[in-house]
Amino acid sequence: MQQIPVSLWTLLAGIVVTVLSIWVGQNHSLLPIQASQQAPLVDGFFNVMLSIATALFLVVEGTIVIFLVKYRHRPGDDTDGVHVEGNLPLEVFWTAVPSIIVLCLGIYSVDVFNRMGGFEVGSHPHMPHSPAHVAQMPGSAIAATLSDASLDESEIPSPAPIPKIGIGATPTELGKPADLVVNVTGMQFAWLFDYPESGVNTGELHVPVGADVLLNISATDVIHSFWVPQFRLKQDAIPGIPTQLRFVATKPGTYPVVCTELCGGYHGSMRAQVVVDTPQEFESWLSENRIAQQQDMQKAVASNPADLSTSEFLAPHAQQMGVTTATLAQIQK
Amino acid sequence: MTQVELPRNTPPEDNRSGNQTVVQKHPKAWKWYDYFTFNTDHKVIGLQYLVTAFVFYLIGGLMAVVMRAELATPDADLIDPNLYNAFMTNHGTIMIFLWIVPSAIGGFGNYLVPLMIGARDMAFPKLNAIAFWLNPPAGLLLAASFIFGGSQSGWTAYPPLSLVTANTAQSLWILAIVLVGTSSILGSLNFVITIWKMKVPSMKWDQLPLFCWAIMATSVLALLSTPVLAAGLVLLLFDINFGTSFFKPDAGGNVVIYQHLFWFYSHPAVYLMILPIFGIMSEVIPVHARKSIFGYKAIAYSSLAICVVGLFVWVHHMFTSGTPGWMRMFFTISTLIVAVPTGVKIFGWVATLWGGKIRFTTAMLFALGLLSMFVMGGLSGVTMGTAPFDMHVHDTYYVVGHFHYVLFGGSVFGIYSGIYHWFPKMTGRMVNETLGRIHFILTFIGTNLTFLPMHELGLQGMPRRVAMYDPQFVSLNQICTIGAYVLAVSVIPFTINILWSWVAGAKAGDNPWNALTLEWTTSSPPLIENWEELPVVTHGPYDYGLNHSLEVQPSAATQVGA
Ligand code: HEM
Ligand SMILES: [Cu+2]
Ligand SMILES: [Cu+2]
Repeated sequence: MQQIPVSLWTLLAGIVVTVLSIWVGQNHSLLPIQASQQAPLVDGFFNVMLSIATALFLVVEGTIVIFLVKYRHRPGDDTDGVHVEGNLPLEVFWTAVPSIIVLCLGIYSVDVFNRMGGFEVGSHPHMPHSPAHVAQMPGSAIAATLSDASLDESEIPSPAPIPKIGIGATPTELGKPADLVVNVTGMQFAWLFDYPESGVNTGELHVPVGADVLLNISATDVIHSFWVPQFRLKQDAIPGIPTQLRFVATKPGTYPVVCTELCGGYHGSMRAQVVVDTPQEFESWLSENRIAQQQDMQKAVASNPADLSTSEFLAPHAQQMGVTTATLAQIQK
Repeated sequence: MTQVELPRNTPPEDNRSGNQTVVQKHPKAWKWYDYFTFNTDHKVIGLQYLVTAFVFYLIGGLMAVVMRAELATPDADLIDPNLYNAFMTNHGTIMIFLWIVPSAIGGFGNYLVPLMIGARDMAFPKLNAIAFWLNPPAGLLLAASFIFGGSQSGWTAYPPLSLVTANTAQSLWILAIVLVGTSSILGSLNFVITIWKMKVPSMKWDQLPLFCWAIMATSVLALLSTPVLAAGLVLLLFDINFGTSFFKPDAGGNVVIYQHLFWFYSHPAVYLMILPIFGIMSEVIPVHARKSIFGYKAIAYSSLAICVVGLFVWVHHMFTSGTPGWMRMFFTISTLIVAVPTGVKIFGWVATLWGGKIRFTTAMLFALGLLSMFVMGGLSGVTMGTAPFDMHVHDTYYVVGHFHYVLFGGSVFGIYSGIYHWFPKMTGRMVNETLGRIHFILTFIGTNLTFLPMHELGLQGMPRRVAMYDPQFVSLNQICTIGAYVLAVSVIPFTINILWSWVAGAKAGDNPWNALTLEWTTSSPPLIENWEELPVVTHGPYDYGLNHSLEVQPSAATQVGA
């Protein structure tokens, strides 16, 4: 039988490894579903890295295994292996190839980061005024007054520090104000979501699908981190340093909001939900909540909301939001 | 380079007249009780480090097993979540500061460096002993902290959490870290001076064993970065106890500054935990593959490159913290660059296997296990080094998977490999290879079973440092827990093997592996001052295949030294 030359085997192995790696990169089921505009960007990047990593893994591990079999010590042989101290071309080759790979990955990640909105943080921190869909809702005039009086002044210190940290406008949204602004507050061990435009406060985040949403993230006690795995977005909520995340949710559904920064004993249970609604669902959810909270707020207005601390202000809603009195005590600082 | 005349380090009963060594009166070995005292012999100190660190490893490991048992179910039903956090924090702290760093640097570094460079001891033996004796009190402080609930803010101790939870325990924790940090600074200073000034004159710089290069790089890194950590922790201590507000956001402090101080040290710290291990790899693989190391210069320089670039990558731990976009990008690039010298080492070791006569001793098995698993840890590290992807996986189980591949699959495997390799030198006896293989197989399976599924857990949405989790993750978590039990069991054959072999193993002889570095030219265990006459270096440390029969090598007893 004729010997097959080594170079042919290498070629064959190269093809198999390449095909397999590309296949793995495209067909793994390691990531949860994609529900934001950023998610496909991150996943595309991960898939490329996974393909490269798989190829390198197969080549290196394969080489190790082949060498272990081929160059194993045979009984009775007490000689040493051949004396080789190095090989410059080979060493240059395996320094250059990884260098080129990481260079490309570096350029690619700058590109992805830019398209995700990583460079345009805080360019439009504060929304000028209620977008059309909020303004048209019944009762929004009262809500707007209320929120201006009670929330904008008592909750957000004015002038509001401009968050320069997080994920901001993507290149296509550049220069446009966000459709919806939500103030997100992390505290041991709950998330609070406050819609300054409509005066709604909840423990569950609702956003309309397709809307350009800006989350202003802060923390009252210790550091927390806001993560929605399906959005592939994460940003720490840091006491004293405002941060933000801006995104467009692309798929209606209910996803977990997970705290990923150790924040105490019950860090693992610090979870909430983000519900991506259709625009109609979102409107009705918003007006339901506004009406419900409006009554509470009228009580609050009677006792001059501007003088209330956040927790006093929130106390009537506490039950409905699943916030315990213990957590409220936390904000009372 | 001149040989510095050493402070002689022999017990008082030793007699010497002038600079004439009286060989007959030279005590050959230390007694067992000498190992429990303030002894200045680098070999005693090395063993003290190794054994103490291993005891801490068992304690830290036990905490891990309890944590994994808790995570077998989604609810926090086994232990209180605050206790879980205390175990989590102290597990990490012990593994890093009281197991890997002291055993790899303190243990192997002290034992081997003087023997490998032909010196009789370290440059400052007393300082060396002091450095070791700072470690047991640190352990006691951590133990005492459990009386006050244990520190619960993670090994990172980020304020404000570290300022508001378990204040007394947190203060004790800080003191413990400052103690081991001081120990590490003293030790590093000693290594730099020793390697720089005290190698035998006949050894050229390119004949310095790669382990010594690795310890040199490690020490420089520790000297540059440890003081910054100490500073950060002392400020934290002040904030907790003396009313300052460096890191109190409600009093004008800045919590992100702490993170910069912390990671400026603690990223290099991850290299402190792996560079000495890389050094061990570069010693073990050539000996058992009977091959010269491939690319000596590349491996030595890549240590230095890692050491330099490693100082400029710390923000990759803060990609989702209070860091602006440009910073996230800058540190993405620098982190990606640091992968290149790491890759160079891996390829160098793989190429060393080529054309060898590989002997599958237990030492070699662990080295090969390390080689295969470190690849995995390095590749996942590169993915996380990119900010856009790290925004998804930061602080999830993906990170836990990554750093256990490098720390367990890497550092711990390297320490095991080193123990099996130098045990004959340290004790004069061989280990039992069968028990060693059982140990290896259990550890290898256990490591992959425990840490591989964690990558998927993180990608799917499980955060790290949690005592309770979403029930959808239960099956993968149970695989991890079973893996942890396998790892717990794997320690048993190792411990039995070491204890039994130390007492009753087969006699080893001076050079059971036919190795070429200097530590194998003296007796096993080595004399108190290492050699009667210092050896002369006649060939490189890895000149396998050049027929340097061992007779050519100057033997301690018969040939006249330099
Ligand atoms: C190719 C080399 C490596 C790269 C590119 C790399 C990269 C990274 C990155 C980017 C993170 C942060 C992930 C996050 O928190 O989101 C990380 C975490 C970590 N790495 Fe590596 N790494 C490498 C090798 C190592 C080595 C050699 C060690 C130690 C022996 C190590 C130990 C750790 C540890 C302990 C953490 C977790 C720190 C924490 O508590 O957050 N890594 N690594
Ligand atoms: Cu948390
Ligand atoms: Cu790092």
